[in-house]
Amino acid sequence: MNFSFGRLIAVLRKELREYRRSPFIVGTMALLPLVFLVEPLITIFRIGPSVGASAVDKAVGATFLVLLIAPALLPAVIAAYSVVGEREQGTLEPLLTTPLRREELLLGKALGVVVPAVAMAYVLFAVIQLCARLFASNAEVVAALGQGPHILAEILFAPLLAGWSIWVGIGISTRASDVRVAQQLGTLSSLPPLAVVALVSFNVFTPSVTLAVVFALVLLVADVILFRIVSALFDRERLITGARAQRHITSPGTVRHIPRVGGSDHG
Amino acid sequence: MVERGLRVAIVVEMATRAAGEVIKTPALTVDHLSKRFGERVAFQDVSFSVASGEVFGFLGPNGAGKTTTVRTLGTLIAPTSGSATVAGIPLTSDNGPEIRQRISIMPENPGLYKRLTVIENLELFAGLYGQRNPGLRIKEALEAVNLTARGRDLCGSLSKGLRQRAGLARALLNDPAVTFLDEPTSGLDPVAAREVHDLIIGLRERGVTVFLTTHRLEEAERLCDRVAILNTTLRLVGRPDELRESLFSRSLLVETLAPLAAPDEVFKSTEGVETWRPDGASSYVLTVTDPRNIAPHVTRALVAAGADVVSITESRHSLEDVYLQLIDEDPEASRR
Repeated sequence: MNFSFGRLIAVLRKELREYRRSPFIVGTMALLPLVFLVEPLITIFRIGPSVGASAVDKAVGATFLVLLIAPALLPAVIAAYSVVGEREQGTLEPLLTTPLRREELLLGKALGVVVPAVAMAYVLFAVIQLCARLFASNAEVVAALGQGPHILAEILFAPLLAGWSIWVGIGISTRASDVRVAQQLGTLSSLPPLAVVALVSFNVFTPSVTLAVVFALVLLVADVILFRIVSALFDRERLITGARAQRHITSPGTVRHIPRVGGSDHG
Repeated sequence: MVERGLRVAIVVEMATRAAGEVIKTPALTVDHLSKRFGERVAFQDVSFSVASGEVFGFLGPNGAGKTTTVRTLGTLIAPTSGSATVAGIPLTSDNGPEIRQRISIMPENPGLYKRLTVIENLELFAGLYGQRNPGLRIKEALEAVNLTARGRDLCGSLSKGLRQRAGLARALLNDPAVTFLDEPTSGLDPVAAREVHDLIIGLRERGVTVFLTTHRLEEAERLCDRVAILNTTLRLVGRPDELRESLFSRSLLVETLAPLAAPDEVFKSTEGVETWRPDGASSYVLTVTDPRNIAPHVTRALVAAGADVVSITESRHSLEDVYLQLIDEDPEASRR
């Protein structure tokens, strides 16, 4: 039985429906953008018309860093819940009794997280661009925010950073036995790629189209490798019973078979 | 009553479609199957087969390995040794998706998404089974379990009985050739349990194999063509009446108005009576070869001895007696 996009879509639809009705996720999705919107806007609006180039670079760097934290942090929390949460509410076993393949389940769950997270990141970015053009008093800030490498980085990094966080989060979720522990570990593990983003944002590496593409490719490869690792970690038996499969040859016991009347035991 | 009959008919129609393909072959064959978790034996050397269309009861005390057996046959966990075929497909890890496409498993806890409605839950599973006309299938499944009116309710708002019904509707979605029902009437009131029984009977009538794990022995006795009693190893497999006969000698219960003066003389001289023992002041248990034919001889002997006969009845043992006898004599049971 081959990979089925129909089953993947079924999982994705279920995930989005569940998120829509989860007060925790709806609350997080509503509040987090506000938090991530306010800080960059204050930073941008505080820069006066006569501020030097280095201060502008710092402000723009900080803005992009904050904008990329959002798609890295939020998916980590939700993805960390994905498998252990199903276990806790007793829905994992019925799910695994269907023809659903682990790759279909994992990709369906990942897409369910990445779609709202990336949508949120892009909307945030668009709102900040718009606000900067309308209200920022420093023309250099507006120009820096609209630079090609920055825009490209935002477009590429948001889904790729989300992908990293999601796979790490799901990986933790397949091995964790407690939702809170999974979410805490998931949040922490989303930080390493952000360190690299921070170096670029603060001009430790000079942002360029080439650098953005190279870093995006590295993230893409990392995401694919993580997906493979998480698929391998997804052990149905461990998830259902909490124990890993072990093979032993056992000696036969005794059983009394009462033959069926007028037929064999098979009948 | 008419409504219940209609529901059974719907289930029967739904279930028949897939069942036809495997009608000639056993739905399940299990050959020396074992499962260990480290040093702990879940079940060991289990062998049996289940015919297509049979309702097969799987009984045993807590921790006997029933659920682990179901999970193993449902490809959720891998056996440690032994082999099996499920719905005609060899039980291997590669065949897992194909097997799961042809079976359904309803765990004791239905495991519904509480934030989704019943219909949304069923839509998910119809999608996972690749149903081409999910709307119709869901409608039929809901009608089959009499849950149509609650289809748009959130599962979190349903009572346990209704959730169980929703779980059953889910188990019917893919026209399963084999349905594994793990304690399907657990926590249900008698009316709801009766409805589930009707559904199971409907499935059997049109050839769907039902593997029923239950603690309710009267349920197994009423519904199952054959039962297996598991206590880590398989203790016994057979039809409930055959099990009774194999484990218990046939006997007559005799009650007289007053104690017999010389019961030994009366019973030993009566044709067909093998042994006898007192069972109270004026009651006696006679071991006989053929209770129906020996009863008139006993009656005549008692009358000839001047006894006033109150009753002579055949002693009947229930499946519960069989179960308790086997579990009591099982050394595994005392270690639990």
